[in-house]
Amino acid sequence: MALLEARNVHGGYGGMNILNGVSMAIEADEVGVIVGPNGAGKSTMLKAIFGLLAVNQGEILLRGEPITNLSPDRLVHRGMGFVPQEKNIFPSLTVEENLEMGAYIHPQRFRPMLERVYDFFPPLKDKRRQPAGELSGGQRQMVAMGRALMVEPSLLLLDEPTAGLSPLYMNEIFARVQEINAAGVGILMVEQHAKQALAIADKGFVLAAGQNRFTDTGDNLLNDPEVAKSFLGG
Amino acid sequence: MNELVFFINNVVVAGSVTGSIYAIGAVGVTLIFSIMRFAHFAHADMMTFGALMVLVLTTAFPEVGGAVGLPTAVVMLPLAMALTALLAVGIDKGFYKPLRAHGVKPIVMVIGSLGVALILQGLIRLFAGTRAQSLYIAERKEIFRLELPFESVTRPIIVTEPQVILFILTLAAVIGLHLFLNRTRTGKAMRAMSDNPDLARASGINTSRIVTITWIIAGGLAAVAGTLLSLDVAFKPDLSFFLLLPIFAAAIVGGVGHPYGAIAGGFVVGFAETLAVFNWAVLLRPLQQHFPDWLELPRNLAFVGTEYKIVVPFFILVAILVWRPTGIFKGKVI
Repeated sequence: MALLEARNVHGGYGGMNILNGVSMAIEADEVGVIVGPNGAGKSTMLKAIFGLLAVNQGEILLRGEPITNLSPDRLVHRGMGFVPQEKNIFPSLTVEENLEMGAYIHPQRFRPMLERVYDFFPPLKDKRRQPAGELSGGQRQMVAMGRALMVEPSLLLLDEPTAGLSPLYMNEIFARVQEINAAGVGILMVEQHAKQALAIADKGFVLAAGQNRFTDTGDNLLNDPEVAKSFLGG
Repeated sequence: MNELVFFINNVVVAGSVTGSIYAIGAVGVTLIFSIMRFAHFAHADMMTFGALMVLVLTTAFPEVGGAVGLPTAVVMLPLAMALTALLAVGIDKGFYKPLRAHGVKPIVMVIGSLGVALILQGLIRLFAGTRAQSLYIAERKEIFRLELPFESVTRPIIVTEPQVILFILTLAAVIGLHLFLNRTRTGKAMRAMSDNPDLARASGINTSRIVTITWIIAGGLAAVAGTLLSLDVAFKPDLSFFLLLPIFAAAIVGGVGHPYGAIAGGFVVGFAETLAVFNWAVLLRPLQQHFPDWLELPRNLAFVGTEYKIVVPFFILVAILVWRPTGIFKGKVI
């Protein structure tokens, strides 16, 4: 059974549909990457999965159970973590307090999970008493991902985790994504850096105008001349 | 040296008293703003309501304080805090929550709170009348005179019992608030919600529970501030009129949404008020002999007359908004 399955999802804001029938499925041990041009509905799809906008048609399943239009906090209880692209930390709280808020619904898991998150992101341990808003962009992204990991999610949704980061930090974040995935967390992320992201993807979904254009393994998409020509800049 | 004692009594003591009261009021305003993002104009009336509860309870049981060696009003304060917190939560459920549910703009909430302020003022007048009443009913206000061990000093430093209680309670409130916001899970969740409400919700934080807790704390602190002011002077139904502007000035001076800023701002405004009405001629008179002959000190050399004290927070407010709109600490700019 797929960890996450979306079937023919239509949705958008205020009656205007941005998604016009998107389908995707990833398994529990996979990294799924959504790529596509600006305005294709990539982030919108992620928000639709996490209950942040209304799905008008279609169905979303988590391990076979319907979760369409469930509220974000119910989805957190069901093992989903979401890292928004912007405003994804509590800037005036310290790094450790940010992580504590991530574990808010399971306070007894806070201590053991804290050690695991520090293992994934060692720089955070040194900065744990510092307000998260004072960190660099890459370290903030680590705090944001760490916060979402605190509930031990089975599925982690990442909205452009490398946006605005230097190439060095981008590779660092992708390496962490693979590590987190290897530790048994399914990952679905939206990325602008399509080539680098597809290189670590088990499954890639190329969206355009709110619909699936190509769906294949990451390697196949990278080597597909048509995908390369239209979406990867040659 | 007597002049220095005069300065301590009229500026240091009086400024600390006023500052403490403004600080506790401003903390409530700033907490409400940081969680619900609107300026709560009914806050000063909540303070008056708290003082009224103490007055009612003290009138009903005037002898209780004698049994424990404290003024009855102080013994009744925890109960009045609970009642005011209850009122605050009730007002939220009845007036502000429906507005929030409709997703109205902050200005609508502000106007709503103005309506609540008028309702509270009317109710307080209805039950308490319009005259000033002392919270000391069966006992007398104790006055401590501290004699200084210098020969040239003949006047004592004067501190009254309610002022001592006020300093202790302010200190307790500040330390308690600090520990709550930094050490407890709920306090951290409150700061998280103030930082980023969407992410707080996505983290599974129950935001409506945080709102209720905010009202409980703000209501409780409002009762403390209102009671301390009434103990120091007297209970008046129009106390809020003299409190609203200074506590908002204090919250803005400190940086809106910043609890420590509100405390600092409270003392800034409190001391500014007392320094502005202080008669500087008293301090300068001993130096008269060093002045040239044509310069004669007037009898009263204060920046503003006592009756115009209220312009001081007004001026501070304008000045801070012009030169440093984010306040001493960097607050949230609306």
